[in-house]
Amino acid sequence: MTSGYHSGFIAHFSRDVLLHYRRRSDLARPLVFFIITSTLVPLGVVPEPATLATLAPGIIWIIALLATLLSIENLFAEDWQDGTLEQMLISPNLLVMPILGKVAAHWLMVGLPLTLISPLIAMMLYLPAEGLLPMLLSLALGTAALSLVGAVGAALTLPLQQGGMLLALLVMPLYTPILIFGSATVQSAIDGLVWSGTLATLTAVLALAIALCPLAIIGALRLSSEY
Amino acid sequence: MTSNRKWTWFHRLGSPRWFYHKTSQWLPWLSIVTGALLITGLVWGLAYAPEDARQGNSFRIIYLHVPASVLALAGYYVMAIAGAVGLIWKMKLAYIVMRAAAPLGAALTFIALFTGAVWGKPTWGTYWVWDARITSMLILLFLYLGVLALRNAYNSYEAANKSSAILSLVGTVNIPIIYKSVDWWQTLHQPATIKFTGAPSMHPDMFAPLLVMIVGFYSFYALVLILYSRAEVLQREQKSSWVRELVTDKRDRR
Repeated sequence: MTSGYHSGFIAHFSRDVLLHYRRRSDLARPLVFFIITSTLVPLGVVPEPATLATLAPGIIWIIALLATLLSIENLFAEDWQDGTLEQMLISPNLLVMPILGKVAAHWLMVGLPLTLISPLIAMMLYLPAEGLLPMLLSLALGTAALSLVGAVGAALTLPLQQGGMLLALLVMPLYTPILIFGSATVQSAIDGLVWSGTLATLTAVLALAIALCPLAIIGALRLSSEY
Repeated sequence: MTSNRKWTWFHRLGSPRWFYHKTSQWLPWLSIVTGALLITGLVWGLAYAPEDARQGNSFRIIYLHVPASVLALAGYYVMAIAGAVGLIWKMKLAYIVMRAAAPLGAALTFIALFTGAVWGKPTWGTYWVWDARITSMLILLFLYLGVLALRNAYNSYEAANKSSAILSLVGTVNIPIIYKSVDWWQTLHQPATIKFTGAPSMHPDMFAPLLVMIVGFYSFYALVLILYSRAEVLQREQKSSWVRELVTDKRDRR
């Protein structure tokens, strides 16, 4: 078979999608988390449409962020335990491609479903109609960036048995620009301003993440494999 | 041969023993310089600088707030560059300096945030506001805390050093954002007073002690970093002969 730069990507992407597909019920977990946690907001704050509409862009983004954070923890764990990770590390191919493939599969199975179910949450939290399209676009791009940055955290905490708290602590400061730009996109649209600029900045953050995160992940994975 | 000669100074830096003996000679002078700068700056700024037209005397906390913020940002770069040097050249000493820089930078960031809050109450009416620069300084504090947390989570010393070096490198994207955030977003926090081009927008009588304090804080940072690193060097090298000699025979100070 030809081995262009992309071939490792497609191989690992399809492998991970197949593995996720074999446990299809796992697909439901981030979605149910998303719905249940957004239900907590009107219960915990106040079920008034006006207040909820003000909070909606940020709340939806924060809960999507938390759902991604909870699901990214075990991205590399199985492969590390059964030795596939070592095979990836010693293979002669570019390691960037398998990593991007894994993260892309994770986004397909977690980030994209979150994006697609967000209109339902938007309706529950009375998000104004102008915010819907920016919400979809910003979540689609933003969850991809969140998966990438979260994968850096997952790779760094791989050998530890600390649980998700340490991962959250490490990765949250890096998530804040993505959150700020994502919810600002939706908020600007609701306020009637032009929102394409903020969305473009979010895309730029995603591009930067695609370029730089794999390097950090590779360093962290090599470190973990020595453990 | 000559090109190898040129780099011996760099590789000599990697020897903890050389570092310890060199800094033993520098420390007295560094302490004197630090003390002189800090005392001069504080007395000048707190007592002799003219009163601000609008804020009165409460602006004087600038002489702690601004140097602490400058050093918190610069200190992150020290930590990240030390981590990078350790990763690339696998130098023990670089990792030791990185380990020393982390709690120091975290403390300075906290001082900057705390003095900023104290300053904000009389001038803006509130201890805290979620504007761009303050929020990104808070995120800087979380980055420092994350590096410390990751380091403590690993049982192996080498793995802890490598992973916190990687994490501190990943966090360096935040620093330019903090620095430029007041220019990019309309905020309550004032824009940069000290510019690299053009004159500062502060009266020179107030600005001069501030410069003295900033330089004093830099030298204070260097002093504390060296003290921390020396302690860490002694701890890590405790089994080696030169440390044993040092500890047992105080007169032997080669």
